[in-house]
This record gives sequence, C-alpha cells and structure tokens, in this order.
Amino acid sequence: MASRGIRDRVCIVGMGCIPFGEHWDRSTEDMLLDAATATLTSAGVTLDDIDAYWLGTAASGISGLTLSRALRIGDKPVTRLENMCATGSEALRNASYAVASGAYDVVMAIGVEKLKDSGYSGLTRMSIPSDGTGWIMGDTTPPANFSLLAPAYAQKYGVDADELKDVMARIAWKNHQNGAKNPLAQFRKAVAKEAICASPLVAGNLGVFDCSGVADGAAAAIVVRAEDAHRYTDRPLYVKGLSFVAGKAAGSMDPDYDFTTFPEVVRSAEDAYAQAGVTDPRAQIAMAEVHDCFTPTELVLMEDLGFAERGFGWKEVLAGTFDLDGDLPVNPDGGLKAFGHPIGASGLRMMYECWLQLRGEAPPDRRITTVDRGKTLALTHNLGGQPGECVSFVSVVGSEPTA
Amino acid sequence: MVDNDGLLATEGGSDLAGIVAYGAYVPYHRLKRSEIAAVLGEGGGRGARAVASYDEDATSMGVEAARAALRRVPAGPVPERIFFATANPPYLDKTNAAVIHAALDLPPSALAVDFGGAVRSGVGALLAAADSRVPTLAVLSDLRTGLPGGGDEKEGGDAAAAFLFGGDDAVLAELIAVGATTDEFLDRWRTPGAPAGRVWEERFGEHVYGPLADAAFADALKQAGLSPGDVDHLVVAGLPARAVRRFAGGAGVRPEALADDLTGAIGNAATAQPGVLLADVLDRAEPGRTIAVVVLADGATVLVFRATAALAERRSQPSVAAQIAAGGDGLRYATFLTWRGLLNREPPRRPDPDAPAAPPSHRTGRYKFGFVGGRCDSCGAVHLPPVRVCVKCGAIDRMTDVPMADAVGTVATFTVDRLAFTPSPPMVAAVINFPGGGRFRCQLTDVDPATVAIGDRVEMTFRRMLTAGNGVHNYFWKARPVRGEEA
Repeated sequence: MASRGIRDRVCIVGMGCIPFGEHWDRSTEDMLLDAATATLTSAGVTLDDIDAYWLGTAASGISGLTLSRALRIGDKPVTRLENMCATGSEALRNASYAVASGAYDVVMAIGVEKLKDSGYSGLTRMSIPSDGTGWIMGDTTPPANFSLLAPAYAQKYGVDADELKDVMARIAWKNHQNGAKNPLAQFRKAVAKEAICASPLVAGNLGVFDCSGVADGAAAAIVVRAEDAHRYTDRPLYVKGLSFVAGKAAGSMDPDYDFTTFPEVVRSAEDAYAQAGVTDPRAQIAMAEVHDCFTPTELVLMEDLGFAERGFGWKEVLAGTFDLDGDLPVNPDGGLKAFGHPIGASGLRMMYECWLQLRGEAPPDRRITTVDRGKTLALTHNLGGQPGECVSFVSVVGSEPTA
Repeated sequence: MVDNDGLLATEGGSDLAGIVAYGAYVPYHRLKRSEIAAVLGEGGGRGARAVASYDEDATSMGVEAARAALRRVPAGPVPERIFFATANPPYLDKTNAAVIHAALDLPPSALAVDFGGAVRSGVGALLAAADSRVPTLAVLSDLRTGLPGGGDEKEGGDAAAAFLFGGDDAVLAELIAVGATTDEFLDRWRTPGAPAGRVWEERFGEHVYGPLADAAFADALKQAGLSPGDVDHLVVAGLPARAVRRFAGGAGVRPEALADDLTGAIGNAATAQPGVLLADVLDRAEPGRTIAVVVLADGATVLVFRATAALAERRSQPSVAAQIAAGGDGLRYATFLTWRGLLNREPPRRPDPDAPAAPPSHRTGRYKFGFVGGRCDSCGAVHLPPVRVCVKCGAIDRMTDVPMADAVGTVATFTVDRLAFTPSPPMVAAVINFPGGGRFRCQLTDVDPATVAIGDRVEMTFRRMLTAGNGVHNYFWKARPVRGEEA
C-alpha cells in the first residue's frame, strides 16, 4: 500500500480567477461562467474541448447541474464535490487523477462559492438532522475553534501573550500588504499593525483582522496529460504531488491533543513531499499559498508544513521569512485573509497564484524573488474543519519536469 | 418505623414512609431587588432572588436537585417512580419527568409522571411519593417570573428540591403524620400561557387561610401525639405572604423553632419552596428532632417528620446554605428581562440553530440526557460521545458504558465566542479533560468570561441549550465552575 502519486503525469495548462469580494450583483452562475470563460481563454480551448468537469462548492449548489446549467454544457460528466474548506483543491485533485488514469484528455476543475447571499456574518453550516449535542462541528464558530491555537501555542513554547498578538498581527499585516498589490483580492488596502491589534474581538484573542474575508468568488483550471501540455502553453505547471487527509477526528475527545498542531496537515505534507520528491521544503519551495483562515492557523502551518522548526515559527514570522521578499514567501496573493475565502473557490485561487508566480506573470510589485533565484516549486495548502478534526490538502506543483 | 398509624396507613399500605435521600438546587444567579428599583425607579426592596440562568428551566433544575439527592445514596434504592411537580412545565402534553428520568439514566422500568400546574402539586408530589409502595423520587421545581415591577418578580425565586422516599434502615427522616384541608377560593390564579398570575386582595386570603391552616396543623400534631411546643423546626411555605406570616406567628411553636423562609436571600420558589425549606432544615436538624412543614396553597397541607440518627451521616451536599452563599449577584436587571423573554434583544447575525431531531435524540439518549460515555475495553480510552470505534486503538464494539455526569474535569483550554448563536452572548466554550480519562468540548455556564482560566475545575450540569422554533427544548450538558465545596 502506498500513495504513489502522479508526479509529472498531468499539467495545468490554463487558469482563471475572478475578483473575490461581495458580489451583490453576480450570481453563482455568473461567477461560474466568468471563471470558466477566463480559463478556457487562458488555455486557448472551448467548452467543446473539455471532456469532463469537477465542480467544487461547499454549499452554493448541488449536483453537476449547478455547472452544466450555468454553462449549458451538454452530455458531459460533471462531478460536484464537497470537502469543507478544501473543496476547491479536491476538485483539482480528482480532475487530475481522471486525466492521469487515461480516462479523459482534457478536464476542468472549477470551484465556486456564494457566501454573501445568506445575510449572515461568517460561514454558515449545513443543516444535518442531529441530536442537538453539537457533535457535527459543534456549537462554536470557526474563529472560536481556531482561536484555541493561540493560547495553547503560547503556553507550550513560552511565548508571552502580547508577543503572540504581535506575531498574529504580523501575519495579518503581511497578507494585507500582499493583497493590497493584488487587483483580484477582496481587500486591497494595507492595514497598520496597530489597527489590526485594536480591531474588535470576534473570538478568544482573535480580532476582526485576524479572520479571513467572507467573499464570493470562483476560479478554475484546465488539466491535461503532461505529454500534451505544450500544445496549449509553453509554460505548463506540472503536478508533482497531491495529498489529501481526512483526520480521524480524535482531537475533540482525546486529551493528548494539545491544539498546537494539525496532525492531518503534517501527514498530508509528508505524503505530498514524498510524491513530489521534496526533501527540504524550506529550501526547495519557491512560495506557498496556505490556508490562513485565521492568523494563528498560518503560524501553526509554518511548522506543520516544515517551513520552520517546532516552536520557532513565531520567530520566523517576526523575522520576515514568509514576507513577499523573504526566503519563502507565503500567501503572496494576500491569502484567505486579504483575497477572501469563498470556500469552494479558495483551493483553486491558491493554485492561480502559483500559476502566475512560477510562470513569471505576477505583476512586478508582487513578484516573488525566489523564482529568479532558481526555485521552480510551489505549494498550496488547504484545510477544512477545526483543530482536532479536520481535512487537509497539500499540493506541490512545478514549472519544470523532474530531470 | 414508628408512629406510622396516621393518614399514611392506608389500606394495604406499606411502611415506605421516610426520606432516604434529599437534595436541593439553587441556581447560581441572584437578582438584587435594588437592581429592579434602579431601572424602574420604584419598587425593588432589600435582598435578592435566585434566578435560573437562560439555559435552565424547571426540568433542568429538577434534574440538578435529583442528582444531588441520588449522589448521596450511590448504593441505595433506585427510584422506581418519579413524580415531578412544577407550575412552570417546559412542555405540555409531553411528560417533563421523562427528561428527568433520562438525565438520571434510570432504567425504562421506572415510572415518570408530571404533577402539573398548581403550586400545591409540589407538596402533593411529596405525599404521593411517601404513599408509594416502591422507592419514589419526588422532584419539586419552579421558575417564577411575573411582570416587570410586580410582586411575583420581586418576591419570586427559582429553585428545585428532590426527595427520595423509601423504607429501609437508611431513612433520614420519618414521616410521622400528615394533615390537610382544602377549600375553593380565589386567592391566586393564572391562565395557561399568561406571563404572570393574578391575586385577590391579600387580606381576603389571610382571612380564609387562617382556619384552614390551624385545622390541618392541629390534626397532624394530634396524629403524631405532639403539641406545638414539641415541634423543633417549623417550615411555613406558600405564596400568600400575609397568611404565611400570620400562621407562622400564631402556630404556638417556640420562637427559635420557626425556620427562615429564605425569601430575603433567594425569593419564593412557589411549587419548590416547601422542598427547598425542608432541605435547608434537614441540612442542620439534629437526630430525633421533629420537623413540621406547612404549605398554604388552596388550603393547607402539613407534613410532620422526625429526623433519624442516619441524617447526621448523610446530609446533602452542597447544602442549601452553601448554595446560597456561592451565588453570584452580578446579574443585571436588563439581562434578567432578556432571559425571561420580556426584553426582546437584537439577535446575532447568525442562522437560528436547528431543532434537535427526534430519532437521533432517541438513539443517543443515554449520552444526550444521561451523559453516559464509552470506555474502550482494549485500551481504556474514554469517549464522549460514546462511539463504536475507539479513537485511540481502533477496536470496534469493545466499549463499556461509563457514566460521566458526576465526573469533575479541568479546563484544558477555552475561548470566548462572540459570534456564535447563544441566547446570552458571548458563548464561553471550553475543552474539558477528565482526570479519569476522556475529553469533552462544551459550553461553560454560570461563569464570567473574564475569570475563566486554564486548569479551572468544572463539574457537569444539565441544561436547556435553547428552544428551537418548533418548540423543541434542546437539553444537553454544559460545564460550570465547581463552587460551594465544603470541607
């Protein structure tokens, strides 16, 4: 038994991403059509060229009809899937495997979410009949669930509470700095650290600026066999590794879990690195788009993904390691924090930034320097759930086939 | 049993006529009466009333009182009947005592019945339990609201008490006589659904109650072979305050025998009041002492008990006095009004919570209501909720039920959720670790978010999480700080 992976067997040859934000005047169908059209244009193909579709949406539609109706696709397979906040990445993973299997030549993975039609703050959850004991994701909100990370981390590693607040603010500040340079981002303004620290509390010590943006959006990718990739583009992205882990949800009932790590992320990262042949992620990876749903999440992810030693992630954050001009830029597009987080679209939005940066297409003021220094790999990380019980996705993509 | 030849000696009756365990529950919150005056500009008065929290009702308070009672007889008789009395039933048509039955994790063979509606049903449940031929638990509970500025609001209180009647050597207090009188008169009444009761001119009630109380008291003492001077503790309960005062002053007992009615500290919990006051006396009465309980409600009901030597060994914990002392009086009047639905506040911008569904609630009933977890036979890991596959070792269907309701845990970590839907924001959510194994994520209640700390000791408490739009009350467990512990 092994996770063999599909390194270099499929490529992304076209991507599109619409601006994320409060699209009061655009429907789910509008966003799907706009993202799909941009993606088809990017790859130089038409709907007729696509053999099959994977649609990721957490709660903005059901069944493949959500996409086929919007695009008037006829007589093609459309799979709708959901895997909480990693839904968009799941669409890409399954689409990639379909091509690698030989079942299809050209497929599209597309993710969409319409959050701003609900009228509520934050995310809402599916209504599943239950016994009312909160077993299915509990009574608490996502910011409350993730806020448990901060005090646990501070206590375990002896970080002063005020210092940790500075670390969290540094992460929010960085991602807003990056988002300010991104015309597609929901929030395109830099925010001062003082304003971040002074923002009203949402849960625990998380202020409004420690939370990702609630946005509408859509993004898509076209995947083909690697040997066909150059028919579509001179600079395809090679899929190096795709890993997905659904945890056994032990953290909510096992006293040994201490809220300073996501074991699911550790395992999915190990798996993805093995598939991709990555042995030193900190040194080999040019950039990472990670699931910064809340600022302490990004901090913990730096350690879980192997970008920083255990207990030292906070120092690396303060040192600027993950800044746009740092050794390992993290969330150069602004992340969930500034780009916004339409659930089903986020995983593909992350990949869109890899697509731009590894191909040298990011605008100059947001362009990372690690690519120029010869690094060719990028990572996306997408998770759903909460500390203690979550799903985690890690991908590694690269601009060059493995020698 | 002695002197058991009074009204209890019904035809074919048993000798199960003593209290073998008791417990009282006084909710944590106190509303100072001066708070009412501060807002309304008049009324108020001195002292405080006990207030059930937003997540409590008559049923949940009854559960807490019953748990306190049964905790003292771990190897004692299991109640075969539950009689639950309240004038504020959370459900009609459906039996509220069934919720208590489930929360106590009693076997299906136990009968659970409501005594509903009238304040007098409290003392009626006590008598029915005493008359029962099998170990029977009487649970008295009430939640009193009234209209803003009214007497019921100010003088009322929320509390519960529970008494297990049985008949072995473990009897703490023998019931030695009962007296009762009944009359139909308009003293106090409330139509179903009305927020507050109505009372006639109190002087009229005082006039009618006087002879009713005197007759019942005299009858009971005669059966017991006692004179008023022999009564060591006299409890007089009832909502008609003037009539209560008049009887207490003229009953002929020694002045020091008259028990404090606790209205200054917690208010009058109506249906539950005689139970709470009796529990308070049992907390301190010496063996051999005589206790008379007089309840004025649509007549008079008198119960005469004699404390046994066993009482000194098995008093309830925590005592009524300890619970009163442990109360928190920081409750604001606006919060009280909000909790009681009299001040309609802007809800959070979050979807209304779903109602619990009937089939899953029934499937998981021993967990949801009884807080029974599962311990893995293979590796010992404790699971809340109980599951079929062990999270630690993966063993399948190797679980043994493990009651967790009385386990004391510690706060492993916690957060204050200002976004979550709760009837009383903010929600305080904690991860609780139990020293004997097991972790549980739940809400903390009866707590000031500013004072919670990692490592705090917490106990489990049965609560009404919320009431859904379809009228279903979602009962489940929360944790609260351990308070009022006695050495």
